[in-house]
Amino acid sequence: MEAAIAGLVAAFFAASLYLMMSKQIIRILLGVAILGNAVNLLLFTCGRLTREVPPIIAGDAMVPDGVTANALPQALILTAIVISFSFFAFLLVLAFRAYQELGTDDTDQMRIAEPLGEAGPPTGY
Amino acid sequence: MATANGPEVDLALAMITVPTPLSDWLVILPVVIPLAAGSLALALRRRIGVQPSIAITALALLLLVDVALLLKVLAEGPVVMVMGRWLPPFGIAFEADAMGVIFATAAAFVALFGAIYARAEFNTTERRYGIYPFLLLLMGGVSGAFLTGDLFNLYVWFEVLLISSFGMIVMGSEKAQIDGAVKYALLNLVATTLFLIATGLLYGTLGTLNMADIARITPTLPADTPLIGIAALFFLAFGMKAAAFPVNTWLPASYHTPRVVVSALFSGLLTKVGVYALLRTLVLLLPVQAAAWSGIAAWVAALTILVGALGALAQSDLRRMLGYLIISGIGAMLAALAVPSEKAVTGALFYAVHSIIVMTALYLAAGVMARCSGGSFDLRRLGGLYGASPLLAGVFLVLALGVAGLPPFSGFWPKLMLVEATLEAGAGWLAASILVGGFLTTLAVGRVWLFAFLRGGPETVADGTSAFTATPLGTLEIRLSLWVPLLVLTLAIILLGLFPAPLHVLATIAASGLIDPAEYIGAVFGGAP
Repeated sequence: MEAAIAGLVAAFFAASLYLMMSKQIIRILLGVAILGNAVNLLLFTCGRLTREVPPIIAGDAMVPDGVTANALPQALILTAIVISFSFFAFLLVLAFRAYQELGTDDTDQMRIAEPLGEAGPPTGY
Repeated sequence: MATANGPEVDLALAMITVPTPLSDWLVILPVVIPLAAGSLALALRRRIGVQPSIAITALALLLLVDVALLLKVLAEGPVVMVMGRWLPPFGIAFEADAMGVIFATAAAFVALFGAIYARAEFNTTERRYGIYPFLLLLMGGVSGAFLTGDLFNLYVWFEVLLISSFGMIVMGSEKAQIDGAVKYALLNLVATTLFLIATGLLYGTLGTLNMADIARITPTLPADTPLIGIAALFFLAFGMKAAAFPVNTWLPASYHTPRVVVSALFSGLLTKVGVYALLRTLVLLLPVQAAAWSGIAAWVAALTILVGALGALAQSDLRRMLGYLIISGIGAMLAALAVPSEKAVTGALFYAVHSIIVMTALYLAAGVMARCSGGSFDLRRLGGLYGASPLLAGVFLVLALGVAGLPPFSGFWPKLMLVEATLEAGAGWLAASILVGGFLTTLAVGRVWLFAFLRGGPETVADGTSAFTATPLGTLEIRLSLWVPLLVLTLAIILLGLFPAPLHVLATIAASGLIDPAEYIGAVFGGAP
């Protein structure tokens, strides 16, 4: 089961890397969204996949009987989902503003901060 | 404690039964103070007048608490507090060791003076952009990153400081800022995501996220445990945060776009968090695995130094030149990863403190220089500043010699230690690249001195004419807000250069605690195995 999910994670990573290497901001953002999901699946798989056994300890025992579901990856993923969602929202607004202000969504043409063909520093006076 | 329908439960097996000593609460105060003050500043965002007071008071308090924590750590060793009283490694631990507290104190020091400078940088209307709430939240994230003892918690603090920095970098919404912010935000987000991937894989391999626990387990693992790839992922992720070559391009693309005080704070705080995390993960947690990569780390360090210094030489914009100087300094610190001896790590920690102060001060000085010459940072338009302000000329000269690593200023000692350590390890070419980088840096900053201070005026003004007049800095309040931070930071550079012994002792303690983690582990787990 882990192997199958690992393959799925690999496919997610491949798709997100492919999209992030694009020049169009909106494609890069789609890549970022898929990357976030890839990482969430990865975290989930790293906690080992088990059936949905709640970690309930019997009244007369000190430890649970048998293997129970691992709660930690779920806590990690919950945190990661919240963070990646808020970042994605910020980046979406930023990209839209960049499109409005700079008139392009092509990263090659975003050269305001680092203009092309600048003169070098002065060599003497 | 007997429950209604069960046996006697021994809580001591799972929880810490004695309350945390009151003095140990000091370890979370550096996070609580900025977050609380940040929320307050956010709630009072319409009361523009009180915002600077909130921030400056909170940051001064933060600095005091950090210094108190530093003294406590020096006296008693690492201070630990576990959230929710769960026994480690189950509870999220906050652990202040010497390295973390040194970084946190230096960060609080520059943040305080950055907040004072921001009073002049942002006029009352512009304070509505929210510089003070963002700065306080950023400091909460930075302090948390330096003091946490849990790897996933470190990721969370990274995200806290990152989202605050996004808010700061677009402050003003100019075209160039949005352009820079796109590159800064995307590449930093990818870097933190890589960090999360590495953390997840490490958890999958070791089953723990507590740093002390990881440091305890890794030496006992069989040799075929797949950790080298994870160490490489950490190196890539934090290298990207620290702007190491070849993943440094986001820094020169963005650090010159925000307000100069924002650049100053970023240069002091953000890349150094990356360096801190590199030292923490690769020297403390995965030393054996990192050693397998040390050859590559040496190349990365050398190329980062040289690319940074050469990039600085090629710039005519003062702020962009400073961006490359940050990169060059990061390279010098990375040399400690290539030869992780105690002396090298000591040098890197000393260099980090020096770099935090000197880079912040240089950006602030650049801001004052631009104000004197009508707002331009271009070497062609600067000039005549020696006549305008001999004090500024002196300050800039101290900072320039400091960043280049010349005695008697603070950059000299860590470079000496790093060169000595690399020579001892037989990496002569790495020592050579540190020295060549220092020489190129001297050329770059010397040229600024030549054009901005010694030349009579901007490019078209002939020497000896009095056509150039400096722009006045403004009211007394503005002048104080500009000069006090600049002078205090410059004084720190001079004092650290003249009296390096105390910081050297601190850095040595921190480095030995990093290389031999017994004390770090013992503080979390007590005497128990």
